[in-house]
Amino acid sequence: MSRAADAQMIRTLHAEWTKLRTVAGPGALLLTAIALTAAVGAAAANAVSCPGQLCQVDPAKVSLTGIYLGQAVVAIVAVTAVCGEYSTGMIRLTLAATPRRWQVLAAKAAVVGAATLAAGAVAVLASALAGGLLLTRHGIDPAHGYEALSLGQGAVLRATAGSVLYLGLIALLGLGVAAMIRDSAVAIGTVLGLLYLFPIVTGFISNPDLQRHLDQVSPMTAGLYIQATTNLSTLPLTPWQGLGVLALWAAGALLAGGLLLRFRDA
Amino acid sequence: MTTTIAPYRSELGTGRDGFAQLLRAEWTKFRSVRGWVIGMLIGGLLIVGIGVLTGSNSQCSFQQGPDSASQACPTPPSGPEGGWVSDSFYFVRQPLAGNGSITVRVTSLTGLYSTHGGIGAAGGSPTAGMTPGVQPWSKAGIMIKASTAQGSAYAAMMVTGSHGVRMQWDFTHDAAGLAGNVSASAPRWLRLTRSGDVISGYDSADGVHWTLVGTARLTGFPATAQGGLFAATPGYTKTSTSLGGSSSTGGPALATGAFDHVSRPGSWPAGGWTGQAIQAPGDTALPTSAQGFTQSGDRLTVSGSGDVAPDTGGAGLSSVQQTLTGTFLGLIVMVVVGAMFMTVEYRRGLIRTTLTASPRRGRVLAAKAVVLAGVTFVTGLVAVAIVIPVGERLLHENGSPILPMPALTEARVAGGTAALLAVAAVLALAVGTLLRRSAGAVTVVIAGIVLPYLLAILGGVLPTGAQEWLVRLTPAAGFAIQQTNQQYPQVIASYNPANGFFPLAPWAGFAVLCAWAAAALVLAAYALRRRDA
Repeated sequence: MSRAADAQMIRTLHAEWTKLRTVAGPGALLLTAIALTAAVGAAAANAVSCPGQLCQVDPAKVSLTGIYLGQAVVAIVAVTAVCGEYSTGMIRLTLAATPRRWQVLAAKAAVVGAATLAAGAVAVLASALAGGLLLTRHGIDPAHGYEALSLGQGAVLRATAGSVLYLGLIALLGLGVAAMIRDSAVAIGTVLGLLYLFPIVTGFISNPDLQRHLDQVSPMTAGLYIQATTNLSTLPLTPWQGLGVLALWAAGALLAGGLLLRFRDA
Repeated sequence: MTTTIAPYRSELGTGRDGFAQLLRAEWTKFRSVRGWVIGMLIGGLLIVGIGVLTGSNSQCSFQQGPDSASQACPTPPSGPEGGWVSDSFYFVRQPLAGNGSITVRVTSLTGLYSTHGGIGAAGGSPTAGMTPGVQPWSKAGIMIKASTAQGSAYAAMMVTGSHGVRMQWDFTHDAAGLAGNVSASAPRWLRLTRSGDVISGYDSADGVHWTLVGTARLTGFPATAQGGLFAATPGYTKTSTSLGGSSSTGGPALATGAFDHVSRPGSWPAGGWTGQAIQAPGDTALPTSAQGFTQSGDRLTVSGSGDVAPDTGGAGLSSVQQTLTGTFLGLIVMVVVGAMFMTVEYRRGLIRTTLTASPRRGRVLAAKAVVLAGVTFVTGLVAVAIVIPVGERLLHENGSPILPMPALTEARVAGGTAALLAVAAVLALAVGTLLRRSAGAVTVVIAGIVLPYLLAILGGVLPTGAQEWLVRLTPAAGFAIQQTNQQYPQVIASYNPANGFFPLAPWAGFAVLCAWAAAALVLAAYALRRRDA
């Protein structure tokens, strides 16, 4: 890549960062995502009670339950970053300033992805800390035969780091879908539908083979395998493969969104 | 000299500004936006499509033993009231032609159970390796039953493992008698008296003082019925408190009742007892040879396995609920349309025209809610009316027996699902009015309705108690309107949302959703009046 193209990309990134930074929405939403993720995770960890020592608690998974809700807020940030431009007509100015449309999408993905990763790291760390404390208080600790929830452990580290990546990928998925659909209500409905509906429909299907296949392609179910630290052998995919499925969804959405952005009038 | 100029007055007559005109205006807005109409159609199509998908991909098969081929699921017998029942027990019987009575004394109820599914070493005793102990609803007592066919009408007096003396009839009815467990030092006397199609049950601790426990009116009870002693016990189950709650282990069980002082005044024959296991293949994993009865003088012992109780729907058995999986997808589409019905007015600035034309802002919101609810209800009802019969047919063709239910329940499920969609759309409209932003409104409503339901049915994340609170308090409680399975205190099963059981009754759950929608509407009306548009 030539120096001029580099400078162009840096300017586009700077423009996207300015747009994201100077409206109140994204910052407030990312703070909401952190708060909700940590709060739901703490509530879930606090609800665990295990008198008979019979439960198969996965401490990492329970502490990170908040991701189920937090991802919805992350999706709003991503969707509005694109759809907001369409509803105000800003997109025409953006594309006039940066006619290379792929570059616009790439810059948006980089900026929104980075912001989400930063917020996600805070949210996941807060959840893991709160979860560790609360679960220990409820007797889910090494003294009772459970794995400790410490980041020094390979599996726990993978679960937490993977959850941060998961949120980043959700943001990319949201961006891609939004670039395809352009309308914020429809785009957010599509993203949340993709995430939440697969596991619900799977629950109603009584054919175990089909169930397994649906789990393997479901962006949320497969993606969240990254949080599992116990009973890994029962999962239809390994944790990293699962996160890879979500990455494929995100890449596919970005590709389709980019192509539509490239070839459609704004 | 001054001339006065009459101020301009339009010559058009004053238009009427009733609620009907407002409704018409909102209806015109709705139907003239192509995206919303298409959205509604897509929502309806998705409900049908997903229902067909789950229906055609269902399968029901079970394996009799580890080595045998899997076979199609048998349809459970239906009871006199229509619902599925478990009806397998050991019956020591005689025909009773006409009126009569039977009295026995029960001196003990004992049992064996297996904790690990399979039982009996090859070639050994069928009960080898089983642990002594009774189950909470192990049963032994006396019964008068219309015939030996499974599912036929009956009334029975029994002692139970840990629920005292009970009178039960026609599977769903259960009345409590003397409390406390039976033993040699605290025997229980039981009596059933038949007069026409009325059977009364009595119990007594001493055989002298009798108390009426219940009276069963069994319409159409045949003149010649079967009466005698019985024993049955549901299998041992241990549901571990693991997250998700549905992991349970267990195995078959056997209950043995010891009886004496048998007396039978009335139209009984003179001959002896006939022992018979009332059972269909697959009812219990315990070999029939383990069951039976012995008689020495006045003493009788009866051993039986199985249960005489309603069937709450085990794994693989389907209900109408399964054809309605598409509700969730349709709901998301209708929530999107509902939110946009208001937020788009803000985005385009149309709201200012709307409020100029109708300055009473509360009425605008009401008109929007009525139009939106009407459209979603009708769309939902049409979709449900298509998907239920089609889905049931597909399930049937795939060999999944479908829970029979009264027409009224089916109407409640169908109408309730349409109403659920309508109320969810109105909730989205209200949240859209409050937030004025499409993305936020859609997310709030989906995270409020779909996500709690998802967390409530997902295994391995939340403990069962927390899951039940989710579908009690959040708008997701509304899905209870689709519940078709019933819970019975006399049957132990995993009554959790993942198995289709909601902690709230259907209409109570729906009322929770309506309360959320009403609260959101009130807030929205307040905000609409107080804020600049």
